[in-house]
Amino acid sequence: MSWVLDNLDLIWSLTLVHLRQSLIPIVLGFVISVPIGWIAWRFRLLRSPIVIVTGLLYTIPSLALLAILPGVIGVPAFSEVNLILALTIYAVALLVRSVVDGFDSVDADVRLAAAAMGFGGPRRFFTVDLPLAGPVLLAGLRVTAASTIALATVGVLVGVTNLGYLFTNGLQRRIVAEVFAGMVAVALIALVVDLALVLLGRVLMPWLRAMATRRRGIRIGLGAEATT
Amino acid sequence: MIEFADVTKRFPDGTVAVEGFSIVMPARRTTVLVGSSGSGKTTLLRMINRMVDPTSGTVSIDGEDVAGRDPVRLRRSIGYVMQNSGLMPHFTVAENIATVPVLEGASRRDARRRALELMQTVGLDEGMADRYPSQLSGGQQQRVGVARGLAADPNILLMDEPFGAVDPIVRAELQQEVIRLQRELHKTVVFVTHDIDEAFLLGDQVVILETGAQIAQVGSPSEIIEDPASDFVVSFIGADRGRRALRLKQTARGTVVVDTEGRTQGALVAEADAP
Repeated sequence: MSWVLDNLDLIWSLTLVHLRQSLIPIVLGFVISVPIGWIAWRFRLLRSPIVIVTGLLYTIPSLALLAILPGVIGVPAFSEVNLILALTIYAVALLVRSVVDGFDSVDADVRLAAAAMGFGGPRRFFTVDLPLAGPVLLAGLRVTAASTIALATVGVLVGVTNLGYLFTNGLQRRIVAEVFAGMVAVALIALVVDLALVLLGRVLMPWLRAMATRRRGIRIGLGAEATT
Repeated sequence: MIEFADVTKRFPDGTVAVEGFSIVMPARRTTVLVGSSGSGKTTLLRMINRMVDPTSGTVSIDGEDVAGRDPVRLRRSIGYVMQNSGLMPHFTVAENIATVPVLEGASRRDARRRALELMQTVGLDEGMADRYPSQLSGGQQQRVGVARGLAADPNILLMDEPFGAVDPIVRAELQQEVIRLQRELHKTVVFVTHDIDEAFLLGDQVVILETGAQIAQVGSPSEIIEDPASDFVVSFIGADRGRRALRLKQTARGTVVVDTEGRTQGALVAEADAP
């Protein structure tokens, strides 16, 4: 425990670095996955190939990817860019399927109504399809965030410093508290990011709470009118 | 006026939903397309706002072929009310109603004012304006759907089995509401249903359809009941049974009418004027 108290500054600075190295791939992964997932959803023939190929990306061993990528993009292995890119690839691998599922979850009647009201293509995408896919997208994003934050620690094996450093250093020096501190810090980041995503979802999708209240109201036996 | 001229629709999988369909739907009147499933009635309705394009033939509004109109602009100029309301679950009631005005660039304030105005028109409490559709009953949702269809003050209102999913009491209420609205607004309404009673109640012109949108009979409800064109029509409208096959019965207090089951449906108060 004294190791932790003596090294709070180190843990804090590594936490900030770790946060940066995971948030960028989560955001990038999302921005890249939405159009890919939309194409897979919209064009039926492309659906299976896209979902399978992106899904397979996740099976590439992370250490191998971190060793190969520098040669492909021309940055040193210990560069943060290397890690961020690798994590982005894994984020895309996880998210594309969620995006496809998300668009699938949009009620066909609602899409039909939107077309009948006179929504043009792009407008329908941004005001109808995307928000209504939101709950499924958010679920996928939460899994991706947790996975990315945990996975980022492998960066330390190719020389990208983050909270993973506490694992390798703690192991070499046999300081159990250090390894433990790393685990707790990673878990805390994951928890905080998850909470932030949930809150963001509540702000962006206020209609979901209205639906949830109604469902709860019915379950505890109140009439539909009493809850409205 | 909406006119179908020799319209055929063949879907990519080969099914022919509509074949050689022609009709004139007069302006400011309610035309009801009625038929069982597979009669192509919804397909016909969707050809009017180009949700479906005909394989051959033309659909025109006031003499102008809709094929020449931009679909998005055309749809905004035509009200559309569908089954299960088709409301946007993530829009509030007011936002749902004002969908088309907002698409057309109305300011937030104008859109809201228009929405509140329409809520009154269709008999919805203004306090519901900021609720989400999931917080409303089925009947209230359909009212919102009707208000949304009317929001841009379109000349034409298309209604695709709008009351098919609500319970009979609410349906009767909504039907009366449509009759009241039509008396005030005089839209050109095209209404699709499989319920012949609804068709006779709402339609100025009723079109009875067989498979492939073959017209079995067109006419006013009275014309159809008085002179069914075929056995199909007789059996479809139930002219040979129930409360459409009535007999007179003399009682001590006067003449009453009795249905095929022998149940008295009402009393004869006077002879109708000859047409």
